[in-house]
Amino acid sequence: MVNLKVDLCGLTLDNPLIPASGCFGYGKEFARWYDINMLGSFSFKGTTLEPRFGNPTPRIAECAEGMLNAVGLQNPGVEHVIAHELPEMKEYFHKPVVANISGFSLEEYVRCCELLDAQEQVGILEVNISCPNVHGGGMAFGTSAKSAAEVTEAVKKVTKKPVFIKLSPNVTNIVEIAKACEDAGADGLSLINTLLGMRIDLNRRKPILANKMGGFSGPAIFPVALRMVYQVYEAVKIPLMGMGGVQTARDVIEMMLAGATAVQIGAANLVNPCVCKEIIEQLPAEMEKLGIRSLKDIIGGAH
Amino acid sequence: MKQSIFEIIRHERLTETVFRMVLKGDTSDITATGQFVNVQLSGKFLRRPISVCDWDQDTLTLVYKVVGSGTEQMSRMQAGEKLDILTGLGNGYNLEAGFEKPLLIGGGVGVPPLYALCKALVKKGLTPVAVLGFNKKEEIFLKEDFEKLGAEVIVATADGSYGVKGFVTDAMKGLEYDYFFTCGPEPMLKAVSAASECSGQLSFEERMACGFGACMGCSCKTKYGNKRICKDGPVLVKEEVVW
Repeated sequence: MVNLKVDLCGLTLDNPLIPASGCFGYGKEFARWYDINMLGSFSFKGTTLEPRFGNPTPRIAECAEGMLNAVGLQNPGVEHVIAHELPEMKEYFHKPVVANISGFSLEEYVRCCELLDAQEQVGILEVNISCPNVHGGGMAFGTSAKSAAEVTEAVKKVTKKPVFIKLSPNVTNIVEIAKACEDAGADGLSLINTLLGMRIDLNRRKPILANKMGGFSGPAIFPVALRMVYQVYEAVKIPLMGMGGVQTARDVIEMMLAGATAVQIGAANLVNPCVCKEIIEQLPAEMEKLGIRSLKDIIGGAH
Repeated sequence: MKQSIFEIIRHERLTETVFRMVLKGDTSDITATGQFVNVQLSGKFLRRPISVCDWDQDTLTLVYKVVGSGTEQMSRMQAGEKLDILTGLGNGYNLEAGFEKPLLIGGGVGVPPLYALCKALVKKGLTPVAVLGFNKKEEIFLKEDFEKLGAEVIVATADGSYGVKGFVTDAMKGLEYDYFFTCGPEPMLKAVSAASECSGQLSFEERMACGFGACMGCSCKTKYGNKRICKDGPVLVKEEVVW
């Protein structure tokens, strides 16, 4: 028997699989395809203090082995999430969930974290300082070590739950920002968010996305994500949730060898709603083939 | 909603760019006319959402237009080849809206979902009138199929090469109807909505990723709140649409 369990800041996950924020809603849509309690956990849709409609459409474009999105953090706001989404979630998901939080000011991050800290269902706070699709917010915090540390320090003061800072790949030196977050008290890091990208409609001679630019995700970015997880693992001691283009059991193992304790699956959920279930089912066979008895043992194994 | 493998059993060209693909597979999750399926194509990351033209116990008919490299690739597929398809997506048309004289208005590749709708209305004992709009005579498709169902078909062509010269709204003038169902390009939907005095249902199109309500890629604002075209739509009622 192989062992899929991993420990993440005091939480024991049945397996390292965590669908990524923005690609899994509040889980409801996927609970119709399979029992999502088989997941390690999942990270719910990025939540802001106020409700947001997000960007105009088109919000989606395709590219070779991937896609672009410019949703722009559409969400009903933290109060609605607490009053409606979380109670409803209790009916179909019975494990601690990852709450993904975004903001446009330090105060907003803090208030959002405070409110979600009080929710029993929330196991981990994942603070997104890296959304490429909103102007003047999100990524602005994630692109400098100083502001990343400020957000980390501020939210750590208002919660006892583990705080993961979700890092942007759209920076010169991700390691420096990762270290700054660790020094500021982050319990873990999630990486990577999407890469900033673009497509142009040849007939209209205009960008496909109404927002012009969007976040590039999908299997095409896997080597970039893997490289960044590898680099950050060498530089920090806190656990990492690795993500970016993961779509098979072998990708999960590769990401863990690079240094991820848990592995998030994003865009792949959108094309194959059962991808996480399939990966969890395929992991034992892949592990046996590779002579892995416990996934815990391979974290950072490539270093 | 279901994910399953379909096998192409027939594939034919209807016009220069429009194809009819008949597939065999599990259609049990298709519950309403106006729903769509999301088709996976090898080498393409995102699935291709395509409206359901018709279905029965074990066959699915898709009539689609080649608009890009995905549908172009699809058009080269042959009988015997298999496709991974998500079925039962979207709300579909509501046939219990209370009407006696429904008018169906389709524009171009918006025509196919109205075929199954027409069939369902005929089954309810109604005689729908279908206004089908195309650019020119050579682009007309499914006209005879609607006629075979027993519908009265009025064709409009933009260049006047067949039927009424002009847009579907020109062909709608003087027709008696107490409800409408439409699908087509957004400017047409808007014109139909403005030209009609009664209520109706409009099927919208939007670029989407998942097709089942998870990614928020296809959101729109309506008078009844934010909706996802893929999950809460693609069919919206006239009264809720914000133009």
